[in-house]
Amino acid sequence: MGTPKRDYVRPLDLKTGRIDMNHGAGGRLSAQLIDEVFVRAFDNDFLRQGNDGALLPIPPGERLVMATDAHVIFPLFFPGGDIGCLSVNGTINDVAMLGATPLYLSASFILEEGLPLAELQRVVASMGDAARAAGVPIVTGDTKVVERGKGDGIFISTTCIGTVRPGLEIGGARARPGDAILISGTIGDHGVAVLSQRESLEFETTIESDTAALHTLVAALLDAVPLDAVRVLRDPTRGGLATTLNEIAKQSRVGMMLEEAAIPILPQVDAACEMLGLDPMYIANEGKLVAIVDPESASAALTAMRAHPLGRAAALIGFVTHDSHRFVQMASRIGGHRIVDWLSGEPLPRIC
Amino acid sequence: MKYVDEFRDGALARRIGDNIATEVDPSRDYSFMEFCGGHTHAIARYGVADLLPPNLRMIHGPGCPVCVLPIGRVDMALRLALDRGVMLCTYGDVMRVPASDGLSLIRAKALGADIRMVYSPLDALKLAGANPGRDVVFFAIGFETTTPPTALAIRQAERDGLENFSVLCSHVLTPAAITHILESPEVHDFRTVPIDGFVGPAHVSIVIGSRPYEGFAATYRKPVVIAGFEPLDVMQAILMLVRQVNDGRAEVENEFTRAVTRDGNARAQAMTADVLEVRETFEWRGLGQVPASALMIRERYAAFDAEKRFELNYRAVADHKQCECGAILRGVKRPTECKLFGNVCTPDTPMGSCMVSSEGACAAHYSYGRFRDIPVVAA
Repeated sequence: MGTPKRDYVRPLDLKTGRIDMNHGAGGRLSAQLIDEVFVRAFDNDFLRQGNDGALLPIPPGERLVMATDAHVIFPLFFPGGDIGCLSVNGTINDVAMLGATPLYLSASFILEEGLPLAELQRVVASMGDAARAAGVPIVTGDTKVVERGKGDGIFISTTCIGTVRPGLEIGGARARPGDAILISGTIGDHGVAVLSQRESLEFETTIESDTAALHTLVAALLDAVPLDAVRVLRDPTRGGLATTLNEIAKQSRVGMMLEEAAIPILPQVDAACEMLGLDPMYIANEGKLVAIVDPESASAALTAMRAHPLGRAAALIGFVTHDSHRFVQMASRIGGHRIVDWLSGEPLPRIC
Repeated sequence: MKYVDEFRDGALARRIGDNIATEVDPSRDYSFMEFCGGHTHAIARYGVADLLPPNLRMIHGPGCPVCVLPIGRVDMALRLALDRGVMLCTYGDVMRVPASDGLSLIRAKALGADIRMVYSPLDALKLAGANPGRDVVFFAIGFETTTPPTALAIRQAERDGLENFSVLCSHVLTPAAITHILESPEVHDFRTVPIDGFVGPAHVSIVIGSRPYEGFAATYRKPVVIAGFEPLDVMQAILMLVRQVNDGRAEVENEFTRAVTRDGNARAQAMTADVLEVRETFEWRGLGQVPASALMIRERYAAFDAEKRFELNYRAVADHKQCECGAILRGVKRPTECKLFGNVCTPDTPMGSCMVSSEGACAAHYSYGRFRDIPVVAA
């Protein structure tokens, strides 16, 4: 790939320049964009191989895990994060939820003509920082440019590869009646932080997105309990905690009974949802996980999670039940019962 | 959350529940209608039914703004967005209400119509200001709670000289609907719907006050207790209704004193009266034509009336033949008595309007309460 500036007549104008169709044409300008923006931010040995693909070593005897995720968030920047770090953390988390160690990331970008290069650089720098912080290098990538009006600034697809150690079996179909349901922290932070920035709402808030890579929290949890104690791990992203629990109930052919008062939620998030007529159970999270564990190991799991910076507010929120209808139910704060159903369509606000 | 958590307190809820259980007369049944969708939602979401004695039944009323919106009105908005190229702004709940030809606003959006979800009519006004070359129409729906903001937006549009903003006014009135239910043959003549009293609206009453209900209480001998939208508000109101019934009283009582006064919000009422006037008649889904039950824009503000501006005509469209929304909105049937409920009609695939909003009787029962229809075995 060479030293950037020497290969080109003048460097990219990262202050006032914008993406144009030439950046995606595959010529010298494309190469310059890759060198001066992407390679500079992601730099690692695998990327420096300079091939169309990356040649990667994997630990012998382990099974591969692969996950992919597309990111189309608007606005691109929001309190506590941006589309860049989100696209790194989100895909790492999908791999980590199988109990795997994430090893490598790929990233592909669809850029909209007219996107300020400064914004692109900010997003890419944030991805580089997140990847370094997680210890998972971005080893290969691709960039395409679409005409103005055919994209929303930046779309990012990332893929993550990891490996899982022999004997560890974690999956959505493994929850059993009696198992304890744990959540690693407060719910709804990410969704409310993003909503607060939308044009039609714009309320002032101190709420920040919880975007974080959860693989070290998963490792701490797995170290604290016997090999088969953790049945299911899942990050409750789009659709929120309610939808994630329904997915698990369906896959495992069980029901669930939750305790509303036990579910951790920041007062600011609670208040914002109240004001907007939204239910925090359906609001996206980007740095939380649901762990379904053997009840015998629930307390050890909780202690291990709480000892980790990303699991301080971890809580036991309910138990898995026998239920041929796969209902996720909840005992409300006043002692009544209700179903916590799948999200239906977009979470639309109620009128009054 | 302060001023909210206090009204969701578990220990207090159980105490009120115990009081209701002690004070009901076991030799009779009690049926109360909660008029508002907000109450229907609170009752379902918090499982209030679990804290009530078996001889006390809550009947869900028609006070869910999107539920009572007839297909014909949604069609008017759809045609404006699809055929006339307007930017149509409306509240989130309205987006999924089924209209003719299998359409809804959200489906029309996928067909290319410019439909925007807003939180306030003032947001629609802002869009009109920012897009001077476009016709921006606010599809205004709702009871007296959402009426003053619509009136305010129209006055603001006039003051700002906005020529590309208009309102498709579909606001409806609570007292007219309650009278209609009390006059209906099921309640009035055959007594197949035994209503012993009403949990009165919360937010609507903040605007109109408690005075408008005094007429029903006296004429129809039905107690009314105005209640807030928190679960403890609802439970306290039910206890107050039980006491009125037991004492043979039929009064308007106010549980929601922290927000509702006898005369309501005079400024909001004056603004509404300045901009809007009562329609001779209006079609409600489920209730049919109800006289003097809705509002239209006064002649003085005709420039902002989308019906006049685009020369729209209302065309009534019948609901799906098997859809029981009408009977459910009148309290004649329960959601589970509809053949479509939970089979072809679910919140993801609503056939009738009661399945759309979480304030609708069917959606509330499906989303929160359907486990009650089926015995569940715990672990």
